[in-house]
Amino acid sequence: MSDMDELYRDVILDHYKNPRGHGDMQKPDAQADGLNPLCGDEVSIFVSFAEDGDTIEEVKFQGRGCAISQASTSMLMEMVQGRSAVAVAAMDREELLEEVGIPLTPVRLKCALLGLGVLKVALHRAKGTPLPDEWAGLDELELA
Amino acid sequence: MGVTTEARLDAEKVRADFPIFKQPMHGKPLAYLDSANSSQKPRQVLDAVRDFYETSYANVHRAVYELGGRATEGYEGARDKVQAFVNAESRREVIFTKGATEALNLVAYAWGLDNLGPGDTVLVTELEHHSNFVPWQYIAGRTGADFAAIPIDGCGELALDSLDELARTRRVKVVACGLVSNSLGTINPVERLGAWAHDQGAIMVVDACQAAPHRPIDVQALGCDFLAFTGHKMLAPSGIGVLWGRQELLQKMSPFELGGEMIRSVSIERTTWNELPNKFEAGTPPIAQAYGLGVAIDYLSVVGLEAIEEHEARLTAHTIERLAEIPGLTLFGPPADRRAGIVSFTLAGVHPHDVAQILDSEGVAVRAGHHCNQPLMHRLGIPATTRASLYLYTLEDEVDRLVAGLQRVREVFK
Repeated sequence: MSDMDELYRDVILDHYKNPRGHGDMQKPDAQADGLNPLCGDEVSIFVSFAEDGDTIEEVKFQGRGCAISQASTSMLMEMVQGRSAVAVAAMDREELLEEVGIPLTPVRLKCALLGLGVLKVALHRAKGTPLPDEWAGLDELELA
Repeated sequence: MGVTTEARLDAEKVRADFPIFKQPMHGKPLAYLDSANSSQKPRQVLDAVRDFYETSYANVHRAVYELGGRATEGYEGARDKVQAFVNAESRREVIFTKGATEALNLVAYAWGLDNLGPGDTVLVTELEHHSNFVPWQYIAGRTGADFAAIPIDGCGELALDSLDELARTRRVKVVACGLVSNSLGTINPVERLGAWAHDQGAIMVVDACQAAPHRPIDVQALGCDFLAFTGHKMLAPSGIGVLWGRQELLQKMSPFELGGEMIRSVSIERTTWNELPNKFEAGTPPIAQAYGLGVAIDYLSVVGLEAIEEHEARLTAHTIERLAEIPGLTLFGPPADRRAGIVSFTLAGVHPHDVAQILDSEGVAVRAGHHCNQPLMHRLGIPATTRASLYLYTLEDEVDRLVAGLQRVREVFK
């Protein structure tokens, strides 16, 4: 299998064409927008918490961009549903990258991690905790 | 009178001068269709820069020893070559910068801050690269001047019928326009726009980044006041650019960057400025890069700018004809006979990044993104395009491989 076939394996194309958790949310408990200024990929994420104030009850995203950014965000929606917001805010990026499971150059890595970064901005903002250094700057890139 | 014919460019022969093409890319020959982004370098330039460092390098303008003299000759010799390349009246009008971005910022700051104010308008175009757009927008904001853009028509060409209205309603002080659009390849009517600008009492600032590498430039015939271009798109190293400006304007302007080299005398009470062009070259300049630009100009002159222009025009027509075969492909910009060798397109249902990624796996290098043209992308209602751009070393076969690669993209995303 060539690099290209690995990159655009069926699961990526499926999530790109049929994104999970795609949509809007009225009155989200946590919300953030982000973009990759290099390529113009955009992602907005909306989260609502369960009564315990921490369990992610529902999570939605909107966005436009390349297959890698949109598919990885779609996969992320499935991964974090029902989990603790504090835990997801601290989630290691490798957890998502393993799920995405494709070889990525540094440029495409930014595409794949855009959704996770935006989700982290939303959760840290809602919890009043500082954004880890690894993601620094992403919260400065609000959509116009 | 004898008939003279331009020698037709032999791209295969030219290509042999470029070491980058010796290596396979993902097991295939490299098809480099991204020269509008940055060009590859011929071994003549690479060897000359290396030789310069090995035999003639020192700082310029200040060392009394032999090497200082050689370095200064190399650096100033490049200035003479640039003067001839753009047909400038004087070598004092040629200012070396680190790139076109710095050159355009120099004009925006050094001319704009002293000459713009409330009631004035700075006019750019919807086609401008961010480097000839954002500095003007910023300086207009700083000085209280208005900022406006000449719109484009459906073909991606400037809608000059908007000029009459602008002349009636505004006091235009700057017109900033590219010679060739970096996204659409549109060749802009800069001579006409420059004449109009002067009728308004405005200066004409030209971004020639996508023109200087590909076609002859004559600043006197263009009738502009400032013209900027960069070395790395025209076979030279990165880190060197040129600002050409009319001497009488440059003389009146305040300096841009301040420090060493740009001064005549410094004291606690008072500092005075050096003469042109040094007044605008503060600090140690990009010495070897400038020298490399001179060698690149030599190389382009031997091949011939007319021959390069003709070669690219032929390939552009071929590219546009072949791309029309791809279902779902939308091509932006004017017809082949009214554009330079830059072709931007979208493919239905596939993001340009994914197009570029799959093409890369076929050894075809293209640019995907907004090309530093976000206002244009907004105007076209798209986030990004895939862009193929041509140069003197581009082969017809590379264009055909682009087309085959696009068919492959359609299969992957079917």
